[in-house]
Amino acid sequence: MANPETVIELHDVSKWYGPSFQVLKNCSLTVAKGEVVVICGPSGSGKSTLVKCVNALEPIQQGRISVTGVEVSAPKTNLPKLRARVGMVFQSFELFPHMTILENLCIGQRKVLGRSTAEAIVKAKALLERVGLTAQASKYPGQLSGGQQQRVAIARALAMDPVAMLFDEPTSALDPEMINEVLDVMVALTREGMTMMVVTHEMGFARKVADRIVFMDEGEIVEVGERGTFFDNPQTDRAKAFLSKILSH
Amino acid sequence: MVKGWNWDGFFDYLTNYYLFEGALVTLGLTVFAMTAGLVIGFVLAMMRLSRHKLLSGPAVFYIWVFRGTPLLVQLIIIYTGLPQLGIKFTVIESTLIGLAMCEGAYLAEILRAGITAVPSGQVNAARAIGMTEPQVMRYVIAPQALRIVIPPLGNSVNSVLKTTSIASIISMEELLRRTQVLIQERFLVLELFVVAALYYLAMTTVWDLIQRRIERRFGKAYGPISAGKH
Ligand SMILES: Nc1ncnc2c1ncn2[C@@H]1O[C@H](COP(=O)(O)OP(=O)(O)OP(=O)(O)O)[C@@H](O)[C@H]1O
Ligand SMILES: [Mg+2]
Repeated sequence: MANPETVIELHDVSKWYGPSFQVLKNCSLTVAKGEVVVICGPSGSGKSTLVKCVNALEPIQQGRISVTGVEVSAPKTNLPKLRARVGMVFQSFELFPHMTILENLCIGQRKVLGRSTAEAIVKAKALLERVGLTAQASKYPGQLSGGQQQRVAIARALAMDPVAMLFDEPTSALDPEMINEVLDVMVALTREGMTMMVVTHEMGFARKVADRIVFMDEGEIVEVGERGTFFDNPQTDRAKAFLSKILSH
Repeated sequence: MVKGWNWDGFFDYLTNYYLFEGALVTLGLTVFAMTAGLVIGFVLAMMRLSRHKLLSGPAVFYIWVFRGTPLLVQLIIIYTGLPQLGIKFTVIESTLIGLAMCEGAYLAEILRAGITAVPSGQVNAARAIGMTEPQVMRYVIAPQALRIVIPPLGNSVNSVLKTTSIASIISMEELLRRTQVLIQERFLVLELFVVAALYYLAMTTVWDLIQRRIERRFGKAYGPISAGKH
């Protein structure tokens, strides 16, 4: 594509926690339609904060963020409406524990998108089938394994027909044997052309599907590389040091 | 002079309709105090949790005053003190106002604790699918907070049931007041107060049973305890 459509754009974004701690420093990044961007970096480097800013779960103090041309940080922006168009998956799943799996997938469709219950259920069931959890529809989240819960969480986000998906370490809280079932769902999503920003340390996943890798350190985007060049030929010393640490075990 | 225990008097009063009515009033006051207290308490809790000082400040002040002073003093101020400023309430009005305002302060703290006990990740998840703030409260926070506050709210009912007796001081005709009135008849002090105690005990015991049933119901709908936690 000559001039791919931009879905997410961060322009010179800075954010502070409190008066003196700057957590994001002049971050700029553009994610095109269908692109998969993996964000990595040491603990505390601001990865979670960066993705939370994209759907305004965290406010920014400087710069501009837009999603499909809608400016996130403009005071007039209807945040609930914007968030409904951006799916988000959390490290700790965050399914609603008082609702069944089916209700978890329907609540947003019904209350936010205004779909009828029947419509919502049809969509929810189709998504549950896609993530292989049809049999769990009437269970509560607490009755599912971590890997199953995370797949439901992905389905819950997809139920809103998002233009992009944000993942914040979706497999970090999982037992090793459950990581792949979640990654498989994510890989399938990339195949369907979903636009994705993924914070993860799963470098196997990154090598397989990432179009670009963003390396963050101390609130800065230090390096942005194509999947091949980033792993085989990192440009900065900080990225080299980070890679040697995570790839050694 | 030792009078001894009068069984006849005791059973007379145990089946006395005037006292029975007093117990009904006590029940009514309890239901009212809890209902009005929950409404006031919810508003106060929301104000207290607000980031705006203009909302949280008055709530903090209100809770501080009403939890920091005895209901007895509050009732006397409302009924006996305020007329001095030209503000007059009847006995019943004063009782209802005092109970609701005081209970509102206590319930606000219970509700606030329940709301803050819902993990912030839940709020983020609800927002992330596009819920507005009222929707987040209605569909995600409130149902989870409710489950957390049911045991302390149940204890409040038990406590309010007994606290209503304080209204007897401004001659509100509830159970205790009527007990005191009847003493003038035959001076069977011990018998009458034991009857009153039995009424209170019966009401709190029945409530205990109801509370246990409610807690069991709410525990079941949830699945195993590990829900949502990791
Ligand atoms: N609500 C907050 N208030 C103050 N400081 C915060 C807050 N959230 C995060 N921080 C700090 O901001 C920095 C970046 O946090 P963030 O969670 O974005 O890092 P991260 O790269 O996602 O790290 P990890 O790999 O551990 O998840 C950290 O130093 C963290 O302590
Ligand atoms: Mg993080």
